[in-house]
Amino acid sequence: MSGGESTAHAPGPKPEEIRTGLAALDYSILQQCMHCGLCLPTCPTFNETGRERNSPRGRIALMRAVADGELEMTRAFAEEMSYCLGCLACTSACPAGVDYATLLETARAEAEEKRLLAAPGRQIVRWLTLRWLFTRPRALHAVGRTLWAYQASGLQRLFRRTGLVRLLPKRIRELEPSTPAMSRHFSSSLIAPVEKPRSGTARFRVLVLTGCVQDLMASEINRATVDVLLENGCEVHTPALQPCCGSLHVHNGDHATAKTLARRHLDATPPAEFDAIISNAGGCGSHLRRFDRLLADDPAYAPRAAEWSKKLRDVHEWLVEIGFRVPVPAGDRPRRTVTYHESCHLCHGQKISRQPREILRAIPGVELIEAAEATWCCGSAGIYTITQPRTASWLQKRKIGHLRETGAEIVATANPGCHLQIENGFRLHAEGRQPKVVHPVVLLAEAYRRERGG
Amino acid sequence: MIENLKRLVGEPNVLTEKEDVLPYAFDGTAAVKQMPRVVVFPGSSAEVAAVVAFARERRIPVVTRGNGTGLSGGSVPLPEAIVLCVNRLNRILELDTRNLTLLAEAGVVTQTIFDRADAAGLFYPPDPGSMKISTIGGNVAENSGGLRGLKYGVTRDYVMGLQVVLADGSICWLGSKCVKDVAGYNLRDLFIGSEGTLGVITQVLLKLLPKPAARQTLLATFARMDAAAETVSAIIEARIIPCTLEFLDRKTLLCVEQFARVGLPTDAEAVLLIETDGHPAAVADEAQRIEQLAREHGATTVKRAANSEEAVRLATARRSAFSALARLKPTTILEDATVPRSELAKMIRFIADVAARHRLEIATFGHFGDGNLHPTILTDERDADEMHRVETALKEIFDFALSLGGTITGEHGVGLAKRSFLRQQLGDDSYALLKTIKRSLDPDGLLNPGKVIEPESTP
Ligand SMILES: Cc1cc2nc3c(=O)[nH]c(=O)nc-3n(C[C@H](O)[C@H](O)[C@H](O)COP(=O)(O)OP(=O)(O)OC[C@H]3O[C@@H](n4cnc5c(N)ncnc54)[C@H](O)[C@@H]3O)c2cc1C
Ligand code: SF4
Ligand code: SF4
Repeated sequence: MSGGESTAHAPGPKPEEIRTGLAALDYSILQQCMHCGLCLPTCPTFNETGRERNSPRGRIALMRAVADGELEMTRAFAEEMSYCLGCLACTSACPAGVDYATLLETARAEAEEKRLLAAPGRQIVRWLTLRWLFTRPRALHAVGRTLWAYQASGLQRLFRRTGLVRLLPKRIRELEPSTPAMSRHFSSSLIAPVEKPRSGTARFRVLVLTGCVQDLMASEINRATVDVLLENGCEVHTPALQPCCGSLHVHNGDHATAKTLARRHLDATPPAEFDAIISNAGGCGSHLRRFDRLLADDPAYAPRAAEWSKKLRDVHEWLVEIGFRVPVPAGDRPRRTVTYHESCHLCHGQKISRQPREILRAIPGVELIEAAEATWCCGSAGIYTITQPRTASWLQKRKIGHLRETGAEIVATANPGCHLQIENGFRLHAEGRQPKVVHPVVLLAEAYRRERGG
Repeated sequence: MIENLKRLVGEPNVLTEKEDVLPYAFDGTAAVKQMPRVVVFPGSSAEVAAVVAFARERRIPVVTRGNGTGLSGGSVPLPEAIVLCVNRLNRILELDTRNLTLLAEAGVVTQTIFDRADAAGLFYPPDPGSMKISTIGGNVAENSGGLRGLKYGVTRDYVMGLQVVLADGSICWLGSKCVKDVAGYNLRDLFIGSEGTLGVITQVLLKLLPKPAARQTLLATFARMDAAAETVSAIIEARIIPCTLEFLDRKTLLCVEQFARVGLPTDAEAVLLIETDGHPAAVADEAQRIEQLAREHGATTVKRAANSEEAVRLATARRSAFSALARLKPTTILEDATVPRSELAKMIRFIADVAARHRLEIATFGHFGDGNLHPTILTDERDADEMHRVETALKEIFDFALSLGGTITGEHGVGLAKRSFLRQQLGDDSYALLKTIKRSLDPDGLLNPGKVIEPESTP
């Protein structure tokens, strides 16, 4: 299992083994699966097809067959690894503590190395997004600006309304509605590099990671994160230009770039200077926690990486850990109904499930209504909407159905991928009222502001 | 052959590619696997019948599979066999609230049946640890038990009727919705626990009960295993039949707690998970008496679940016991020896003795109230020397259980894993009767051959 709470028998892969594929992987990780099948009902792809191959148990069997030399690493194998959402629901369900995250990463890296899925267009898109765009914060900002201009200028609406969209190639057309709505501002223009609590001395010194996608499309979430930390006695450090965390790279088999990015983080913001390192995006956090494993073979960085992982906290986790202050009810605001969608990498990857709810329940006027299958993937899953559009939209529809059933006005979720996927889902399956999608800390920050009549 | 199968069930429902069929090479049983040649997914009883008839015409063996959670190798393929997976037969056909029955196709998942009954204020009691994914067809084929066996019995006690495809492809209906029905031989029962060797079950008619009005879960901890065993005897002797009386030893507790984090006491030597259900007054009274008996027999603590959520969490944690034990060692071999309840303490001591003598790590948990223990050997299949000791230990455990008037398997079935011990338990004459029945229903030996009964050629 990945993330915070390590399991008894989750022998971490020796780092050099990550690079040399399944055959070289610590065999006990493969052997850990005793094929009981208890993970099957939680696996979305198994639910879609009913075929073992599309289940965690089946995928692990395929990986083990490759490691045992019984199966060639074929194109079908690579496709299967790409069909897996990487949602890690199976790791929450698995009593045996199988480290599926490591297995999947290793299998994908090996498939990627052998270029089994190589199609020219795909390679270029991958290279552009993973190797180029997501390693250059400045370039990413520039793209964000352009997209914002496209949306703000009304061109997007025109484009959609006139049907010009239909001229785009099919894949791109399906994606177009999911181009994120860009924020007008980046975090750096909303947040000072260092901010101190308004009153009293700071109890903690924390680093806030802004996340590249979050930074582009929802910098107000980062602002809210800083606000709630300030309210709870934290001195907050938020460097303006931050490297991408590398999670997209790892999930798509590009370990080398991920390591480079991790080193950049450790150089720019040494963990020793902080009490905690805060992530507010489920997907990034899940990966950021694993820097220790990623850099374990690098003597120059391993100790710092270990400290980093030890101090990494999801924002909800941190707030509950330090005993966040419950906002005082202010005015006579009407009750608002909220339902919580769990980001896979927050609940399955980091095992953070209780804390966001605890925060939501503490907000005056909020009534939390549970949705069915709250821990199910919404289909966003990294670049899954690009690689597996059919399954992604099936999951999106299923998710929207369950969220609507609650009748809640607000959907709270803590990951930019989910945020977008759900917002788009409401737009695509528009019927009746359109619930708002917000990050839990935005609601909390709002409640603190209301205390002061803001 | 493949083309014919595709014609019978439709092209997408026939798998032959290596990547597709490899994950059907095993079930939940440790250390047995065999690649199948083809896996088919019929979509109706008629398609099942067509596949079976076709297989008979070509003399190809058929291995029926539900969701492959079996623990005796029952759905592990044979070389050249057709694996017939029923999980597309997944519809609940009828919920009859006037007769309190439910008619389901064989591939419906057990949990789905429970939920459907529950939503109508009814109760389907059999709850094997695998209920979230096991199929009702698999449950019937193994006559599965569960955590509620003590009071509510096993799958057999809820089967009123079955639709079965026979070896020649004919479709039979056995049983009825009548509470009483003695027309002809009781053939329905022949198929319950038949492990896919006599026919393919395609529909199951189940009996439901009214939902108990109240339930209370208790958790008692003990510093000695014996004390737990004595408490169980005392409860039964006091004429109390709780619905659940589950036992976990210390190793099992540790593993389960690591996974489920429900606050199990990991410093206890043994724990009893007890549930009583029924009329609220009766439940309150029984819970009170059970608590007292446990304390009198050496329980260190007795805790009551605060609410139904906590009770469900505890039961769910218990259901994960077997898989959670896999945390400790690469290979987890679960046994199923069962003895009359009065002999439980002896059996437990014997298992501890076997573990010490053969230098093996054995964790034990199980359905204490049923006398059904799951001694689980934690080992490594790649260690030939240790595997040899495992075999000897298993043989001794079986022998001892039989000497106490017990059985080699209480609920997991014979399959491949225990077939070499079956004759010893049944005796020559009963074993011969078993073979006579198999021959008359499956004259060509094509239905799951080599399971339950050893092939003739093997001595
Ligand atoms: C974690 C775990 C916990 C478990 N807990 C329990 C427990 O508490 N109690 C218990 O009794 N068992 C338990 N089991 C064992 C197992 O789950 C049961 O035997 C279950 O009934 C098997 O169902 P299945 O659908 O997986 O069948 P499979 O494993 O696919 O098949 C089992 C046998 O039934 C035959 N079969 C399956 N479907 C049909 C059909 N439609 N017609 C004819 N034959 C068929 C197969 O040929 C095979 O011989 C557990 C297993 C696991 C992995
Ligand atoms: S991954 Fe875990 S839950 Fe799934 S089959 Fe393997 S051991 Fe069982
Ligand atoms: S990560 Fe998600 S999709 Fe992949 S096997 Fe696990 S549960 Fe299934």
